[in-house]
Amino acid sequence: MNDVLDVALRLIVVFVVFLTFPLIVGQTEHKVMAHMQGRLGPMYAGGFHGWAQLVADGVKFAQKEDVVPAAADRRVFQLAPAVALLPYLLVLVAIPIGPGEGAVGQVVDAGIFFVLAVMGVGVLGSLMAGWASANKFSLLGGLRTAAQLLAYELPMLLAAASVAMAAGTVSLPGILNAFEWWWLPWQIVGALVFFVAGLAELQRPPFDMPVADSEIIFGAYTEYTGLRFALFLLAEYAGIVVLCGLTTVLFLGGWHGPFGADGLGWLWTLLKTAILAFLVIWLRVSYPRLREDQLQKLAWTVLVPLALAQIALTGIVKVAIN
Amino acid sequence: MAPIPGSGLAKGLAVTLRTMTKKTVTAQYPDVQPELPPRTRGVIGLFEENCTVCMLCARECPDWCIYIDSHKETVPAATPGGRERSRNVLDRFAIDFSLCMYCGICIEVCPFDALFWSPEFEYAETDIHELTHERDKLREWMWTVPAPPALDEGAEEPKELAAARKAAEKLAAEQAAAAQESAAAPEPGEEDQA
Repeated sequence: MNDVLDVALRLIVVFVVFLTFPLIVGQTEHKVMAHMQGRLGPMYAGGFHGWAQLVADGVKFAQKEDVVPAAADRRVFQLAPAVALLPYLLVLVAIPIGPGEGAVGQVVDAGIFFVLAVMGVGVLGSLMAGWASANKFSLLGGLRTAAQLLAYELPMLLAAASVAMAAGTVSLPGILNAFEWWWLPWQIVGALVFFVAGLAELQRPPFDMPVADSEIIFGAYTEYTGLRFALFLLAEYAGIVVLCGLTTVLFLGGWHGPFGADGLGWLWTLLKTAILAFLVIWLRVSYPRLREDQLQKLAWTVLVPLALAQIALTGIVKVAIN
Repeated sequence: MAPIPGSGLAKGLAVTLRTMTKKTVTAQYPDVQPELPPRTRGVIGLFEENCTVCMLCARECPDWCIYIDSHKETVPAATPGGRERSRNVLDRFAIDFSLCMYCGICIEVCPFDALFWSPEFEYAETDIHELTHERDKLREWMWTVPAPPALDEGAEEPKELAAARKAAEKLAAEQAAAAQESAAAPEPGEEDQA
């Protein structure tokens, strides 16, 4: 009975985090982006500085008609948003936010494998949407998504593998337990590669070629309306939370504080995740979209060699220590 | 020297971060009224007491959006045996702001200072006919006309002021000369000694 309660409680907490954090990131994006452009952003919804803007957006999306195009592959079309969103919920279960067994939804022994594999499934939602919409823009978006996934999954995996090598384990809590402060400079290149590749996988600007609205309308999501469209948007923000959380855990030491100040535990994780989320927004505001060929060039000629170099460095240092 | 590779990326980030710390430029109208510059062209007010129905404004208006009706009244002679005068009486003065293009020619051309710019701009209507403001409404706008902005320092004196001052100085000089003359006249010898 106690086990059931424990599992239920953990799932509820993870679910609440899954529902609220992406909205917080979204709201922050509204305001930060606005101020970076010299604007105020939402000011009315909720009364105080538009804090309820995303709630209002959600209500609006819920009111809209759920249209399925006549020529669309109905089942696949309707299933795609769920496929895009749910993997991030599953990943969230495995991310440890504090020390000990209590601060993670479920300890997965092959944590990195689980997390990266499930995150890859999320992109499948965009592919399904792109194909099932029976729309040339959606198809183009889907193809671009596929190309981007192929290009960026590799450096992301390599960078994560470097950390696994350094820690000698693929379990996320295990990596955190093995973490030392000097991993930060040691793995910095891997961290950059992982973060950039993760951004590209989320199709966040400046890597938003698959949804480039000025040329292919909204890519794979062109035909979506109402709640299903909102789910795709939510998936993007959930993806930001997951990516920032993962980068924190793998490269920034998760619940470890600077100078041995580990006492705050899960607060450190949240703080680092928040800073990374801000960085994601900041990058979006600052940089223009990469062209498709630039996108591929960055992945194959920069990120993959860098990730390989990082693995080599990790191996050398590891051997030298032993 | 060639720029450090990637310095452009850092510069881009710096620009957005710096903008974030600065004050926003969003105008929060209607919560906050805009600060309009002096001489703002909002609406045209009619000071009808000054209007002589000369029709210059209506004739010069490029859009022909000023409507004026008037009739003549005879004023009895002011002095016995004098001539009767005729006077224009304004019956209707209306400006159709749905046609007006806010060029301000009517205000420029008015020789009697009967038309003025007011900065008020919140007179949108749901019916286009109501954008034709009749004389009572135009008269009401006069209360919103601001005092003319002060002249720049070192600017040339306005012509009417200069003329008035010149006349006053001339008068004062004449009076002073007359007073001096009347004071000096009885004893002309003293002045010579001094």
